Amino acid sequence: MREFFASSMFYGAAVSLLAYELGLVLKKKFRLAVLNPLLIAVICVIGVNLVLGVDYQSYNASGQYLAYLLTPATVCLAVPLYEQLSLLKENLKAVVCGIVSGILASLLGVLVCAKLFGLDHELYVTLLPKSITTAIGMGVSQELGGIVTITVASIIITGILGNVIADGVFKLFRIQEPVAKGLALGNSAHAIGTARAMELGAVEGAMSSLAIAVAGLLTVVGASVFAQFM
Amino acid sequence: MKFLKQTARILAISFVGEVLKAVIPLPIPASVYGLVILLVLLCTGLLRVSQVREAALFLIEIMPVMFIPAAVGLTDAWPSLAPVFWPVVITVVFTTVLVMAVTGRATQFVIRRGRGKKDA
Repeated sequence: MREFFASSMFYGAAVSLLAYELGLVLKKKFRLAVLNPLLIAVICVIGVNLVLGVDYQSYNASGQYLAYLLTPATVCLAVPLYEQLSLLKENLKAVVCGIVSGILASLLGVLVCAKLFGLDHELYVTLLPKSITTAIGMGVSQELGGIVTITVASIIITGILGNVIADGVFKLFRIQEPVAKGLALGNSAHAIGTARAMELGAVEGAMSSLAIAVAGLLTVVGASVFAQFM
Repeated sequence: MKFLKQTARILAISFVGEVLKAVIPLPIPASVYGLVILLVLLCTGLLRVSQVREAALFLIEIMPVMFIPAAVGLTDAWPSLAPVFWPVVITVVFTTVLVMAVTGRATQFVIRRGRGKKDA
């Protein structure tokens, strides 16, 4: 049985899609932010893998085909961005201020936490790129001498957390402008946050897409400066 | 056929992004190069939005699903994460809320100040 799962070409992809569908159904039924389809899907897949005794390599043999689409999908974020270009030009100053202050907050926040917990330099630079998209974050972590596995883990946890808490944070801090919501999601929770922004609306989605690219690129520079501080 | 043609253009742009990543020695992923290329093509009119739109919106809609394999992979990262679990988690939670609030408030502040001036 175990050998069969290890060689299956469809198990991982099928169980992932079914788990996500279950997540969608639960979200529709109970309308709670915690019942995030992505979060539910991840928990279900981990559970099913454990019960069936499937290790990650075997699951990922077909699961990887879902991830294969991630690069083309990220490229496609240019489409909503293009369709909202006039809005971007109108709000250019606000957009620049928002993204830059968010990046500084991210790097400063990590610095403060690292000092507070007495983390060593290696773990500090590991966490610096935690708010940006995985592919850039991995590169930054590697460049600065961080532990790439932990960087990836913190980036994914950040994304899912951001996706789940967005509605609550917007309510708590009275963030109502669609442009502000979009930038906040993309800046704090990269592509996984953008997936949530797309559900909120076209403006939110476009601004979030913009934030992924700009925040990613600026963090490459910002993180190497902040790496000197500890 | 429309979906096939649109997907072909999107994959071709992703491929060019991959080429740029291989040539340029910066930690920038193929997807970000591709995003910029597609945006430039659309802005310059070399590609009409109708030539990619439906396939692009479909891929964006199903994007959350693409993160499932990486997130499930956290189980494999557990041995290296376990010894530093709490500091990492507290840092992640604190900074995620902080960045979201700061970005949102700062953007909203500048937008509304601009609007106030226009009204006055």
